[in-house]
Formats: sequence, C-alpha cells, structure tokens
Amino acid sequence: MTVKTITVVRDLLATNAQAAAAIRAELRARGILCVNLLSSPGSGKTTLLEALADRFRGRLRMAVIEGDIETERDAERIRAKGIPAWQITTGGACHLEARMIGKVLGEVPEAIDLLFIENVGNLVCPAAYDLGEDLRFVLLSSPEGDDKPAKYPQAFLSSDGLILTKADLVPYVPFDPARAAAEALSIKPGLKVFTVSALRGDGVDELVEYLAKALERLRSGRA
Amino acid sequence: MHELSLIASVFEVLEEKAREHGAVRVTAVVLKIGVMAGVVPELLESAFEIYKKGTIAASARLEIVPVPIRLRCPDCGGEAACEDADFSCAACGSRRIEIVEGRDLIVERIELET
Repeated sequence: MTVKTITVVRDLLATNAQAAAAIRAELRARGILCVNLLSSPGSGKTTLLEALADRFRGRLRMAVIEGDIETERDAERIRAKGIPAWQITTGGACHLEARMIGKVLGEVPEAIDLLFIENVGNLVCPAAYDLGEDLRFVLLSSPEGDDKPAKYPQAFLSSDGLILTKADLVPYVPFDPARAAAEALSIKPGLKVFTVSALRGDGVDELVEYLAKALERLRSGRA
Repeated sequence: MHELSLIASVFEVLEEKAREHGAVRVTAVVLKIGVMAGVVPELLESAFEIYKKGTIAASARLEIVPVPIRLRCPDCGGEAACEDADFSCAACGSRRIEIVEGRDLIVERIELET
C-alpha cells in the first residue's frame, strides 16, 4: 500500500463557468440581451418584470426564465402578460446554475430581444453563479432596509446595476434611497442605480431606455 | 446554502482522480475556500461527512484552507489584502478594484492509497 498526495487544483465552479460561456456565446450570436435579476424573496422581481412587459409591448420582445424552489406561480404571472416564460423549480436548491438555463435555452424562440432570468430569491448564493448573462441587476426593496449592501457585498459587487424597488413605500418605512445607493456605490463604483415603483410606474421608463440601449450596443458588437 | 451540491462536485473530482491513479481509498481532501465564496466552511464539513459514507472516501478527512480577500487596483497597480470589508485600494484609495482572490472554491490536493 502506498500513500500518494496528488495536486489537483480544480475549480468547483469551472463546469458552471463553461456552461455560462456557451450560453453567453449563443445568446450574443442570436442578438439577445440576457439580464439576470438577483434579490431576496419578495423584493419585487416578478412585479418589475410585469411592469417591463407592459412597457416593452409592441417595442421589444421579451422572454423570462423563472427560478423558484417550488411552484409555477411566477411563470404564470408572466404568461398572463403574453410573455413566454419557463419555470425552473430547483426543488430546494438556493440558486440557478448555468446548466439549468442551458436546458431551457433551446425552447426560447428565435424572435426574442430580451431574455430575463429571475433568480431564486436569495441575496447570497445566486451571486456566485454566472448564468451567461450580459447584465446582472440586484434589487433592493425599501422595506428590506438601506443597510443591506454592506451585509451582502458579493451580490452588489458582482452586479452591473442596482434597482431600488417599492419606491412608493419609502414614506412609510425607515429607508433612505440615497443612503442605500451610496453604500452600494462604495462597494461597487460604477453601479448603475435605478429607483422604481413597479406598481405606480415611477422610474420604469429609465430602466426600459437603459435596457434598449444595452441591446443596441450588444447588436452593434460594442457590448 | 449550496454546500451539498458543491461537495457532490468535489466527489466527482475525487472519483475521477482515484480512477486515474488506481487508488483503493481517498484518505484526505484539501479544499481552498475563499471567504467570499458564499459558502460556510462548517456546512461544507457536515455535507462532506454525510456524502462520504459508502464512497471511496468513506474514511477521508477534510481540510479547508480559507483564502482571504485580495484586491488589485487597476489605477495604481497595487495589490493588497482586503481589511474589514473595505473594498478600496490600500495604497491610493481607489474604489475601482478587482477581486483577485477570495471567491475560490478549489480542490487543491488529495491523498490517495494505491
């Protein structure tokens, strides 16, 4: 019997990174802008997507991949807006992985401009998994409190944009949007910040224009 | 919270390496885990203990080497450890930093019996 020590140095996320790279290449070739939405549960990801569906109607075609631990509820809400939606139920897993997205990708129609991925509600684990998206947005709703960026830095560090949601509730909760934005920007300078109320409609147009421009950049190869 | 699925990936590597080297047993596994990898070392240890039963690594011990956060500054070229969750360059104060280490989830080495 011999005991041997083997140097391995294998990245456990390498398989995910490869799957994500393949998704990114395929979507770019198809001219589809992919946006990954991250947040804690109940911060308004689905409601924001419903508002975006209304704004993009007749202008850009969107599709949505929904990630949840259980139920088709979110996909049903999106389909009710006339938007194609796929529900991935992870059955307990706390995040989506690129392989799960890869399995659905073949069903996404050719004639799509924007593909949104609504990640499992969780401000920790989804941050570690690249899904092949072009843009990652983290959502923070006013009832959650403006102290979250420093408590969950990786979600903010790994994102391109921050969407402060439920702006309509700001008068009723101890939440200072400026403080939340400043804290997030101290962690990730250059983070693009949006303040929206998806229910009332404030700020949604700015996000719509930003996404439309990002799509143009992607299609002109300047992404 | 995804420690068990990460440990499942660790075992894919262990089984592959054990086959490659004709090992009868895996006796030790060393993982390098970044403090910003989003995983809890204690939960990885529990997941390892659950997962290893009945496998080639049933008697293996797990060693977790924590990897601190290391930042690189594209403005001044400096590189330093990240202290107290302050994501700015220790040399010039720039906040346009890159994280070079600290997100690691790596199977560093394993010990086999052949």
